[in-house]
Parts: sequence; structure tokens; C-alpha cells
Amino acid sequence: MNIYDIIFYLFAAITILSAFFVVTTRNIVYSAYYLLFTFFGVAGIYVLLGADFIAIVQLIVYVGGILILLLFGVMLTNKITNVEIRSGSIQIVPAAVGVALFAGIVMASMLNTKWKNIETAMPSATTQGIGLLLIQQYAVVFELLGILLLVALIGAASMARK
Amino acid sequence: MQVGLNHFLVISTALFSLGIFGIVTRRNAVMVLMGIELILNSANINFIAFARFGNFGLQGQVMALFVIILAAAEAAIALAIVLNIYKTFSTVNVDEIDTLKD
Repeated sequence: MNIYDIIFYLFAAITILSAFFVVTTRNIVYSAYYLLFTFFGVAGIYVLLGADFIAIVQLIVYVGGILILLLFGVMLTNKITNVEIRSGSIQIVPAAVGVALFAGIVMASMLNTKWKNIETAMPSATTQGIGLLLIQQYAVVFELLGILLLVALIGAASMARK
Repeated sequence: MQVGLNHFLVISTALFSLGIFGIVTRRNAVMVLMGIELILNSANINFIAFARFGNFGLQGQVMALFVIILAAAEAAIALAIVLNIYKTFSTVNVDEIDTLKD
């Protein structure tokens, strides 16, 4: 077991445990904070997969943007008198059974598949390659995503201000 | 056991299942959004894992970047909708918003 494996299991444990707490903790604010650890763990897994640029984007966009947005959503939709913002769960048992069944089926079929496993050499910095792909092969998609973000921003602002 | 493709796929399956569990069981609409974010993250792990182990170069990472952009747009829109729901119904519990139900 080398250092790579140890770091992988560490990040995997952080990700899965905090994701479990996200969906089971009754206090929504705590859920949002556990989501922070999930995003950090996923960013670590991206680094282990050689995707350094995506890991940084994950930290900036998810932790710096989406998580703050979610926290504002929690705060704006609750009558806050203290930090105890509780929200119940429903249908826990059937959902747990169904989800466990689903995960079991997916994992069984996944582990029994012979993946064509070509392990390429650990890539070096990916930023230049991603930038070139974004302005060459995916230029149209990139521009469309820019328009989509603008439309989403205007739509969200006008909807929330009404 | 050497950490390989299967390890990452197991992680993403677990994240996906937890996200589904959150969407189905939590009553608060913001918690449902958090479940969706978990699912998008698991899809991203799959994209990047297959890009790394399947010899696709950087294509998978660019797809993951697009997924992150879409997640940001989705979170903004969804929170605007949640705020409107709160203004209309004074609650964001998704099981109490049943005006369309008979």
C-alpha cells in the first residue's frame, strides 16, 4: 500500500462520510457545512486523478459559489431565531431499501465488467490542454455556456426580485 | 489492492446513491438541491476517472468543467424558484406544496 492509496482512502472516507451526514443530519445548516467537506474530498479525488485545473475550479465554484448560494437559500427561507434550523425526513425506510438495492446492483454490474483499462501516464499540468480544447474543439459549446450563464443569471435575478 | 478505476467508480456510485437518498427523503427544498449537487459531483468523478483510465486525454475533464458550469447555473435558478415558493406558500417543504394535487 503506497502513499497514493493511503491518500485515496483518506479522501474517499472524507467524501462518503460527510455526504452521509449531509443527507442524514436534521439541522440544515450543519448539512451545508458537511457539504463543504464533501466538495473538498471530491476536489482531492480530482487531484488524485490528475485533474488539477478541475480540482481548483471545483473549489472556487462549488465551495465559493454554490455552497454560499445554498446557505443564503437556507437563511432566506427560514424564520431564523437561532441556529437550530431543523427539517424532517420522510419515507426513510423505503428510500434506504431502494437506494441500497440500486447501489448494490450498480456496483455488482460495475465490478463484474471487464473495463478496457488503459492506464495512461499521470498527466502533468492540464490547464494548457483544457484551454486549447475550449477554444478549438469545444469553442461553440464554450460560447453557448457563456450565454447560458448570462441567461440563468438574468432569469434568477428577475425571478427572485419579483 | 492497487487503487484503480473500480475504486473511483465505487466512490461515485456511493455519492450518487446518497444524493438520491437525500432527494427522496428530505422535506426541505434546499436539501433536495444539496442532493442534486451530490449527484452532479458523482457524475463528474465518473467523467474524470474514465478520462484518466480510458485514454481519452482531456476530453473527460472538459466535460466535467461543463457539468460544473451547468451546476452553477442550476443552483442560481433553483434558489430563485425556492425563494418564490417561500414567498407564495411561506414554506419550502416540498411535501406541503401540493396545490395541484386533487
